[in-house]
This record gives sequence, C-alpha cells and structure tokens, in this order.
Amino acid sequence: MMDSVDRAIINRLQGGFPVSDHPYRKAADHLDISEAELIQRLEQMLEKRQLSRFGPLYNAERLGGGLSLCAMSISEEDFERVAEQVNAFSEVAHNYARDHRLNMWFVLATETPARIESVLAEIEDVTGYQVYNMPKKEEFFVGLRFEV
Amino acid sequence: MVLNDADRSLVAEIQGGLPLSSHPYAEVGERIGMEEREVIERITRLQDEGIIKRLGIVVRHHELGYTANAMVVWDVPDEQLDEVGEKLGSESCITLCYQRPRHLPEWPYNLFSMIHGKDRQRVLNYIDAIIESCGLEGIPHKVLFSGRRFKQRGARYQ
Repeated sequence: MMDSVDRAIINRLQGGFPVSDHPYRKAADHLDISEAELIQRLEQMLEKRQLSRFGPLYNAERLGGGLSLCAMSISEEDFERVAEQVNAFSEVAHNYARDHRLNMWFVLATETPARIESVLAEIEDVTGYQVYNMPKKEEFFVGLRFEV
Repeated sequence: MVLNDADRSLVAEIQGGLPLSSHPYAEVGERIGMEEREVIERITRLQDEGIIKRLGIVVRHHELGYTANAMVVWDVPDEQLDEVGEKLGSESCITLCYQRPRHLPEWPYNLFSMIHGKDRQRVLNYIDAIIESCGLEGIPHKVLFSGRRFKQRGARYQ
C-alpha cells in the first residue's frame, strides 16, 4: 500500500522535475527525504505499476506526429475479434470499451499526421467496420494530474 | 521550433523514462554522446517550447484508484463553443477538455471533457454540480463511462 510519503511524491512530481545536475537530490530536499529514498520509492512504484513511467510527457503534434481519437460501433458478437485486430496496430496507443452505441474508443498516435488516414483505412479493411475519426480541433484544457 | 538530429536522439532516448540515478542527465548524455550540460540545455528548451509538456511522474490512474473514468460529451451550439469550453476547462475536476468534430446524424457532440473519479456516483455528482455552476442546463450531454481497458501505452517516437 501507498503511504503518505509515496502520496507526497506522486502529488509533487506530477508537476515537474528539476533539470539540473543533481535533480533527485533537489526534489528529495523539497519532500524532506533523502535522494536514495526518493529513487528507491520511485523504483518500487514503477515496479508495482502504479506509475506508468518517470520521464517526459510529449506533445505529439509538436513533435511532428499525428494524434487522433477514434470510435467504432461494434456488435457484441464481433467485439473480441475487433478489439484484438485493433490492438494489434502499433499505432493504437490505448483502447477503451465505453457504454454507448459507439462502444470502442481508441487513440491513434502516428509518426506523421498523414499516416492517420491510412491507418484508419487499414483498420476499416481488416475489421470490416467503419471508424469515426475525431481529431482534436481546439484544446481548452489539459491537466491530467491525479491527487492521491 | 525545428528539432535537429541531436534533439531527436534525446527525445527518443528519454521517452521510456529518465535513469533513476544521481546524475540522470549525465547518464543520458553518455548514451547518446552528449555532455550533461547540453542535455540539460536541450531538455530545458524542449520544455520552454512545449514539446515536453511535463517532466516527472506519469501515473497509471487506474492503479491509483481512479477507476471511474467518464468521457462527458456536449452538443454545444457553435457560437457558444469557446465560452463553454473555457468554463468547463476551468472546473477543477475536469482533466481534459477538447473540441472535436461532430459526425451527424450519429454523433452530434462537439465538446469532449474527461472526468476521472474513484466511483461512478461521485463522477455523476460532479457532472450535476458542473451543469449548475456553468449554467449548462440547456446543452445536451452524454456520459460515457469506460468499461474494459484493452491497451495502454504512450506514443512511441523514433
């Protein structure tokens, strides 16, 4: 289980990490723990898969990549098959079932914006289902931080 | 900002995570033939330019107890979109808020927001509170809770 120190680490280090020669020591000072303890706790939380990673969160578009949210409406009897086929594409970053007629929602991340359309066409070919492409048009807010 | 080859090799090297050691930037530099100082300067610039949105912990929210993840979609009249988007985006429990295209007639919704909560009832209560505080009673919306999660990984860069 997570104790108060783990929680403090998560809450603080989602907001940034020093870019300097001794960053863990500097971050640890703010948390009133030692550098060794901070590193050990991060290792453990990564191992327990409570953290996805410790590093950068990139802006895919500014890196020149393509990014889109896509949805499909899959009949119940085809759902497992289509989920497997969709997830087999390395460009599919994550995929969730949702409770709506459009019941499969996934994020597509490609090396170039032009690849989005061609991967979508390949997914439609392989699965036999239509894909609704819903790329971001305007961004009002990105926080995505979780208090624990 | 145009990325050169040195930036690209740095972006690829650290995408999976920073080394967990006393001098992580020096270690990264050793692997790609760069001085620690240069690694620090380049990462700082990538952050300033918004190419690195954030550096540090990226959580697995599901494993931290945020298991009720709702995509709340709104059918907002185009002329009100900016106003409603700004309002929703400033609500503290909203984690993302984007405009996306409609697909009529199937899909009339053009504003997408995400709320991550620890249980469904709490998320539904947040939504009621938001509708009231933002004055969204007249705007049709739909709540799509996530069911199974099939896949979760970050995007990969070469």
